Amino acid sequence: MERTEKAKSQNADNVLDHFNLFRQPQYLEMFEKKKCEFENPVPAEEVEKIREWTKSWEYREKNFAREAISINPSKACQPLGAIFAAVGFEGTLPFVHGSQGCVAYFRSHFSRHFKEPSSCVSSSMTEDAAVFGGLNNMIDGLANSFSLYKPKMIAVSTTCMAEVIGDDLNAFIKNARDKGSIPQDFDVPFAHTPSFVGSHITGYDNMMKGILSYFWDGKAGTVPPLERKPVDRINIIGGFDPYTVGNMRELKRMLSLMGVNYLILSDNSDVWDTPTDGTFRMYDGGTKLTEISDAIHSKATVSIQGFCTEKTISYINEKGQQTAVFHCPIGVRATDAFLMEISKLTGKPIPEELEKERGRLVDAIADSNAHIHGKRFALFGDPDMTLGLTGFLLELGAEPIHVLCTNGGKEWEEKAKTLLEASPFGKNGSVYAGKDLWHMRSLLFTEPVDFLIGNTYAKYLERDTGTPLIRIGFPIFDRHHHHRYPIWGYQGGLNVLVWILNKIFDEMDKNTIVPAKSDYSYDIIR
Amino acid sequence: MSLTIENAQPVTLKEKNKALIKEVLQVYPEKAAKKREKHLNLYEAGKTDCGVKSNIKSLPGVMTIRGCAYAGSKGVVWGPIKDMIHISHGPVGCGQYSWASRRNYYIGTTGVDTFVTMQFTTDFQEKDIVFGGDKKLAKALEELQELFPLNKGITIQSECPIGLIGDDIEAVAKAKSKDFGGKTIVPVRCEGFRGVSQSLGHHIANDSIRDWVLEKMAGKKEEFVTTPYDVAIIGDYNIGGDAWASRILLEEMGLRVVAQWSGDGSLKELERTPKVKLNILHCYRSMNYISRYMEEKFGIPWVEYNFFGPTKIAESLRKIASFFDDKIKEGAEKVIAKYQPMVDAVIAKYRPRLEGKKVMLFVGGLRPRHVIGAYEDLGMEVIGTGYEFGHNDDYQRTTHYVKDGTLIYDDVTGFEFEKFVEALQPDLVGSGIKEKYVFQKMGFPFRQMHSWDYSGPYHGYDGFAIFARDMDMAINSPVWKMTAAPWKTKQ
Repeated sequence: MERTEKAKSQNADNVLDHFNLFRQPQYLEMFEKKKCEFENPVPAEEVEKIREWTKSWEYREKNFAREAISINPSKACQPLGAIFAAVGFEGTLPFVHGSQGCVAYFRSHFSRHFKEPSSCVSSSMTEDAAVFGGLNNMIDGLANSFSLYKPKMIAVSTTCMAEVIGDDLNAFIKNARDKGSIPQDFDVPFAHTPSFVGSHITGYDNMMKGILSYFWDGKAGTVPPLERKPVDRINIIGGFDPYTVGNMRELKRMLSLMGVNYLILSDNSDVWDTPTDGTFRMYDGGTKLTEISDAIHSKATVSIQGFCTEKTISYINEKGQQTAVFHCPIGVRATDAFLMEISKLTGKPIPEELEKERGRLVDAIADSNAHIHGKRFALFGDPDMTLGLTGFLLELGAEPIHVLCTNGGKEWEEKAKTLLEASPFGKNGSVYAGKDLWHMRSLLFTEPVDFLIGNTYAKYLERDTGTPLIRIGFPIFDRHHHHRYPIWGYQGGLNVLVWILNKIFDEMDKNTIVPAKSDYSYDIIR
Repeated sequence: MSLTIENAQPVTLKEKNKALIKEVLQVYPEKAAKKREKHLNLYEAGKTDCGVKSNIKSLPGVMTIRGCAYAGSKGVVWGPIKDMIHISHGPVGCGQYSWASRRNYYIGTTGVDTFVTMQFTTDFQEKDIVFGGDKKLAKALEELQELFPLNKGITIQSECPIGLIGDDIEAVAKAKSKDFGGKTIVPVRCEGFRGVSQSLGHHIANDSIRDWVLEKMAGKKEEFVTTPYDVAIIGDYNIGGDAWASRILLEEMGLRVVAQWSGDGSLKELERTPKVKLNILHCYRSMNYISRYMEEKFGIPWVEYNFFGPTKIAESLRKIASFFDDKIKEGAEKVIAKYQPMVDAVIAKYRPRLEGKKVMLFVGGLRPRHVIGAYEDLGMEVIGTGYEFGHNDDYQRTTHYVKDGTLIYDDVTGFEFEKFVEALQPDLVGSGIKEKYVFQKMGFPFRQMHSWDYSGPYHGYDGFAIFARDMDMAINSPVWKMTAAPWKTKQ
């Protein structure tokens, strides 16, 4: 949007908004005056000195010595993930027990990423509930939600307020049921989701396990537990996935091509991709409630993002199912492994059509790899996604240099290291568990890379360090519609490849665009 | 669930709106209906308020649009102060969801001398809840001081657990301030469970500026040459540059703007505000507290103003000028005259496209009333409005803006808002991000009236042109003619 036209003032013909208005001389003069006369600014040379110092190894060491303050972390809190899991079920209203501000934040966060409505209610606890507990909030809240929003199921999670004061969801919901807030047989699964434990992916795990165990283990003591009678079907759990709209549809397409009998547990691809046709759909699509019960009988459950389902998968294991766990399969080999596992579990062969798609992705990589080979990358994101992306970069011949995961722990660190060690392209790579984007800033200054992969907040790193950013992750607020494209499967691999390539080519053009200086390389064919 | 107006045919607008409220309330459980009834009404001309209760706890489970005290303090009042570091003290979420999302524009080298678009959090873990977080906070302050030596001060924005586990953040703030040679460190008790909305967070934040910034300055000598024309902009958060588009007008009329509270503001500006001659207050709701304090303590008068739309801008410029001498009064007239041709051109261009269009609003702060004039300047009519976290004094002030029969909804629930819009069929809905996509799905043009839908500024004359352009692009986008499939369109 930067334009170098001559100075002008606001006008009706060509309305100047914040992009250009404040570059006009009358504003520039005003800014300068404000700063000098009123802000008591630090002298420019001092600012410059400190700015340079923040790029240094010395600063990096101080930065990495931090123990107490987290700066620009890349993780959110549990209830966000619980809501993500809950809305993937038919007619389900997420209900968060605790302070109401949290829910306003969750809804805004999802709406900014998906550009979709995000429906969720709060039990709106305040000071009195902090003293006496939030039982009445639960009783009235469930009654109100049930009357107004006609859900088929309400999935209750908690904010840190309710967790700190120790509210007991099981007892509270039972109480509300007895008080007639909701019909006796109305489904209200629940999960405690303290924000001071884990991150949003932990919340996803807790809510998924909460929903399954509610349906399988006798609906909080209201009906007999289900008895497992194995059938020839597999369950699929996607995990917390910013590309859920595209991924779920791609997943279903692949499984249908294989003729697999499957159930997806939490499918939010419709509720976060509703049409603009004159109707607001608070609920759309999702896993049917009857299917949740059916899922216990499946012979196996496949988790596509294992770090989002640690407790869920071990719970399912205990029920006697086979389980298989992946980490956001991106690219050729990860998709190969995924499809082969599905084939193994179901006995269905991988059809020729998928094999052809595989060939097309390999073809695309063969066509383009010269532009990616040997390029140095930094990346961050959720544990599964960073593993998936690292694997793909390695098979493209790129070098992952800094792999960072704020909500990754020891296990993630080991897996990431193993992945890097298994490839010659990973030998220069380092792994950073539990670190934040201010750490990443130091890494990018002291050990620069060619490209950075991360969420929207990485644009501040791009600004500060000049590292070109490829936006893949959560949240993506400043680009539209990426979530509609899959990143899983061979088709997904193709999308990720194209996103990476587009940035590489854009950078090439940007760096060769000066006439009579660099534009000999401003090639028409690449 | 479409609503049909039951008793035969209500003829007047008032009867229609009354029937609509009744209809909506029927869906609630009895207890909730009784409570919500007090928040829904229509404005009766001549009354001194809008006939609704406000600033009362939201009902559980109804999908309130409100936020919390932390949002009011960190997100609104303190967050924009650019040369201070604001710590989201507690678990990671609050700071994460509010990270840079409010577009409080500022100029500075982020991470070096300014910090607005950064997320600082003590990222509480279970052990911090069990053993308390004071030691972690003290350590965090030390680390910040080392890594960001040019910061001018630090605020501690409490999240829910802080007040529940009994931490003494005031003691930590005092001790560390002493260690750092008297640095301004402000503990803010804005835990999210306090109060009923953002509103108490504004108040708490105002009080913390009073106690930990202004009172602290009271005994100190401050070298600052004042002029008879010194004013402070209070309650403008510079969203999309709003305060800048306002400041320029004040300077053009001859005033000297000593401080901006708090958009693009600095600690020094806050500290010097008690020296001004007049505080001019835009967002009454969030900053009337500090204005009243400065009036009582330092004898500084304050005046409310409205910089949305040329009619209200001119009115406000004259009102502000009335506190000063003829030089400033003439200055105000000059400013009004200077911008008149541009305003005329904007109205000539956009009014024909917007004339007669009906608008429904639901916003926070001052906007449910303040923007009405700007819509009217474009020939549009506001037929429904309400406050997310207003108090009765807001609804009193609203009477000067709304017409007889206007539907009023306080702390509207998702359900009510959907039904009201469905029934009244406005041409435009102005509300927030959580509402945007609901109404767009329903086929209603929508503009976010918190964030200006990532556009702006909307304040001042320069902002009015953008406001007009944006309302036009929302309402007259061809997309709204395509929502129904042609094979389903009734002939």
